[in-house]
Formats: sequence, structure tokens, C-alpha cells
Amino acid sequence: MAERWINAGLLAGLGLVALWAWAAGAPFTVTLATKVAILALAAAGLNLALGIGGLVSLGHAVFFGIGGYAMGVLASHAQAYDPIFTRPFVFEGTKSMPFIWLAAIAVGALAAWVIGRISLRTSGVYFIMITLAFGQMFYYLAISWPAYGGEDGLSIYVRNGFPGLDTLDPIQFFGICFAILLIVLWCMARIAASPFGLALNAARQAPTRVMASGIDPDRLRLWAFVVSGAVTGLAGALYADLNRFVSPTMFSWQVSGELIVLIILGGVGRLCGPVAGAALFVVLEQWLGGLSEYWQVFLGLLLLAVVLAGRGGIVGLLARVPSRG
Amino acid sequence: MAEPRLSLRGVTRAFGALRVSDAVDLDLRQGEIHALIGPNGAGKSTLIAQICGALRPDAGRILLEGRDVTAWDVPRRARAGLGRTFQVSSLASEDTALQNVMLAVAGRGGRLRVWSRALGRGDLTAPAREALAQVGLEGEAHTPVGALSHGAWRRVEIACALAMAPRALVMDEPLAGLGTEGVADLSALLRRVKVRAPILLVEHDMDAVFALADRVSVLVGGRIIATGPGEAIRQNAGVQDAYLGPVS
Repeated sequence: MAERWINAGLLAGLGLVALWAWAAGAPFTVTLATKVAILALAAAGLNLALGIGGLVSLGHAVFFGIGGYAMGVLASHAQAYDPIFTRPFVFEGTKSMPFIWLAAIAVGALAAWVIGRISLRTSGVYFIMITLAFGQMFYYLAISWPAYGGEDGLSIYVRNGFPGLDTLDPIQFFGICFAILLIVLWCMARIAASPFGLALNAARQAPTRVMASGIDPDRLRLWAFVVSGAVTGLAGALYADLNRFVSPTMFSWQVSGELIVLIILGGVGRLCGPVAGAALFVVLEQWLGGLSEYWQVFLGLLLLAVVLAGRGGIVGLLARVPSRG
Repeated sequence: MAEPRLSLRGVTRAFGALRVSDAVDLDLRQGEIHALIGPNGAGKSTLIAQICGALRPDAGRILLEGRDVTAWDVPRRARAGLGRTFQVSSLASEDTALQNVMLAVAGRGGRLRVWSRALGRGDLTAPAREALAQVGLEGEAHTPVGALSHGAWRRVEIACALAMAPRALVMDEPLAGLGTEGVADLSALLRRVKVRAPILLVEHDMDAVFALADRVSVLVGGRIIATGPGEAIRQNAGVQDAYLGPVS
């Protein structure tokens, strides 16, 4: 089956499940579909760095958490009518989703630029360890930050607003998240097919050839990491809005690991691999989680089967073509 | 005489007490194949690394068309026109031959676009197809490089180098692993290529070297002990002692 049809089927399926659940009066299922869209968005961000660029980041929860806290900080100040700071100018919080998204993208990108500049001096297992170290730094920083809830996290009482929409209506909030996912995937497809994507893909396979072609692979990787961090930051802001809650858990290394698991399950470097992975993850979490609190054992077995049997993940198996990874 | 395309002046590099490049002087002139030969451990690979920018010399200068490029990194030297092929193939094996060569065309421009389809850009595909045609691989443009024969890999490497519109080429054992017919084919290709860009050729196949090279330099212990036309090098007593052995 051609991958473009698989992608269309996956995205249409996600949209239809949400619409069906809404029509059937099952708002919890709509919320689950929203969670799939948001996790797929976060993993799509990582997929650019990991799947195409070959950067195994075990610290992508940093950007997810930063996006979450960008929302949490802005919204908590807005709901308390308390400016974030007053000097040298007054900076108020906001409950407007578009502004919160811009902030999440900006801080996600900035953090990725700083972390990337340092981490990309290393490669292989050292890159994995240094990104993990950054993740843990942010995790403990969030725990030790009482102004924003410390270990208990931060609750936002009312979901942030989007002009013309009722964001508390699950299907409307799903629509927002799904539209963002579609836009980001379209952007990712364009980037992957561009000369930049071509070079990034080659830098993963043959960095010496990329250098001999007059291109600095580290610059490519840094830009990929920045875009990746920005997208995952945006997903973090949406995830915090979904739960109306943000806590240090968003920074935990388990979240970073889960994002990698989503990509491997769905298909490393495949455009809609994160969508397939996130959908499977959420379904298993609900279904198996209801049977046993140790449901991750089964997730582990599934991951083992996917890694051993078909490294192209679900999308790769459906397409029956060799994996990229 | 025209200025050499590539010049080394007193290039020296040591690892601890071991001098692997010792005041090396070398010129690569327009239209020539200049072979660099020497025994294993003579310092050929280290010298190539310095020429291409992967390793910085401790002393001396490297000039590309008269410009001092000693402090430049690998990508900058490549963009300035220093093309290179590798001893062990460096291609992106999952990508097609065309994509590999397109990468070289894209890199030549220095700026990579992020918002247009690479395969839809005629300014990338046309020069890449032309470079593939020059090495006789126009029919394999859409074949993943991993599925090509060893000889075809070598040709794609050369197409990548040609697509950079090089001013000088450095080729590290391009004939390694090829059969008799493959060596003959690739030698004919190198003769055509040298007209466009002179080639500094590192090669262990002495028959091919003396058949191909306009000039030969012999590197022993990090020093160039002789430079000249192939026949003169073959008859050079010092070269025979140090490397080639007596000529029968």
C-alpha cells in the first residue's frame, strides 16, 4: 500500500473516531482522540530530529514541559490578575491560546537552540546522555520552583480561549489540536522533501559526504533540533491545556522515552509514524490499563515485536517496504 | 606557467614525536593527474586529511587557486571548489544516485532551501543528471545507491565531486576493489575528468598509476622524496630503494 494512502487513512481515522464519539455522546473518547493528536504532534517534532536527523534525544520532555509551563505560567498569572513582572515594563499573563502557542514555540525553540549547541558537540551514546541530563535538570528545577506549584504542579481552572470557539467543548478543542497536527505534518512533509531535508537525511547516513558537499552537518542538525523543540513545545502547551494542569512530570525522562516509543511503534522517520504510534499507545493505555496496572509489560512486548519483526513500525508494516531506520 | 590549482607549501604535521607530514611541497596543475604514492604508513591519508580540511597542519600553507585555505574547514573548502572522493564510499546508501548528486549541487550554492521540493527544482536536478550522465549512470538515477554495484558506487562518488563544479579533485584510491575491466573503465573516465579539474590521485595499483598519471610524487616517512613523470620515478634509484623495488 502506498504510504500516502496509509497516512490519509490514519488521519481520517483519527478525525472520524472523534466525530463519531461526539455524535454518540462519548466526550471521554473525544478527549482520548485529542490526546492522540497532541502526543502525535509532540512525537512529530521529535521525529524530525530522530527519524530524519538520527539524533536520539532522551531529553525531548524538556521541550514538552517547557511548552506546558509556558502555558501554565501565562495562564496562572492571567487567572490571578497578577502580572508576571512589572519592570522594566508590565508583562501580563494571557488566556489566549494563540499567544500561548507563540510563547511555547519561542521558548521551545530557544531551549532547543541552547541545548542543541551544547549537546551536538557529542554524538551517539554521549548525545543520549547529555540530553537526558538536561531533562533531569529541568525536572528538578520545576520541582524546586514553589512559585509555580513545585512538585504539586499548577492547576489552570478554565481552559484557555480561542477566538470564536468554545474550547471547553471537547470536539472543538479536538478540532484545534487536529488542525495544528495537520498543519505541522504538512510542514514536516515539505521540510523532509526539501533540499534541507535531503541534506539532513544524508547527514544521518553519511556525514562525511555531506561535508564534502560543502554543507556543515552540525548546522543542519542544530536547525532540525530547534524546529523539533519548537513543535514539541507547542504540543506541551496543548497537553497542559487538555489537562488544565501542568506538573514536573512533563519533564520526566519517562515522557522522553514514551515519545521515542511512539515513533518506533509508528515508524521511525515516517511522516505519520507518530500518529500511528500515539493512537496505539493511547488505545493500549486505556484498554490494557483497565485490565492491569502493569500494562506497560505488554507495551514492552509489543515494542520488542515491532523492533524485531519490522523496523518500519506500523506504517512500515502496512506499506510493506523496508524501514528507513 | 599558469598558477597551480592546488599547492602545498611546507605542510607539516606531527603526532607527538612522529612527523607524519614533513615540510611537504606539492603542486597540482591544470589538466593533470598527479599521483601520490608511497608505502603504508607513509602519511598519505594524513596529508589528504590536511588538504581537505579534516586535519589542521602544524605548519605550512595550503593554497587553492592561490587562496590560502589552510584555516578553512571541510565544507568551506568544498564550496571553494575542492572536490573529493573517498577510499571507503561515503554515499547515503538509502538515497538514490540522483539524490546523492543533488546534495552536492545544493551544497555548492551554500544555502539550503527548506520550503521547496528538492526533486521539483530543475536547478538541482538538471546539473545532477548531467553529472550522472558524465559518469555513464544516467540510467541509474533513481536506483538507491545501496543497490548499485561497487563500480557504480565509485562512479556516483565521482559524479558527486563533478557536480560541485570542482577546481581541483582529490581522489583516495578510486580504483580499489575494481576488476580489470572496472579499472580500465574508470581510468578512461578519470582521463576525461582531468580536463575539467586536475586530480590528485592516491592509489596503490601501480600499473594504473603509471598508466594514468602525468606526474607522480612519492611520499615516504612523511616526506616527498621525488616528483616527476612516471617513467623517471620508476627509474629513480631512491624510489626503488624506498618503495617500488628494482624495476624488471
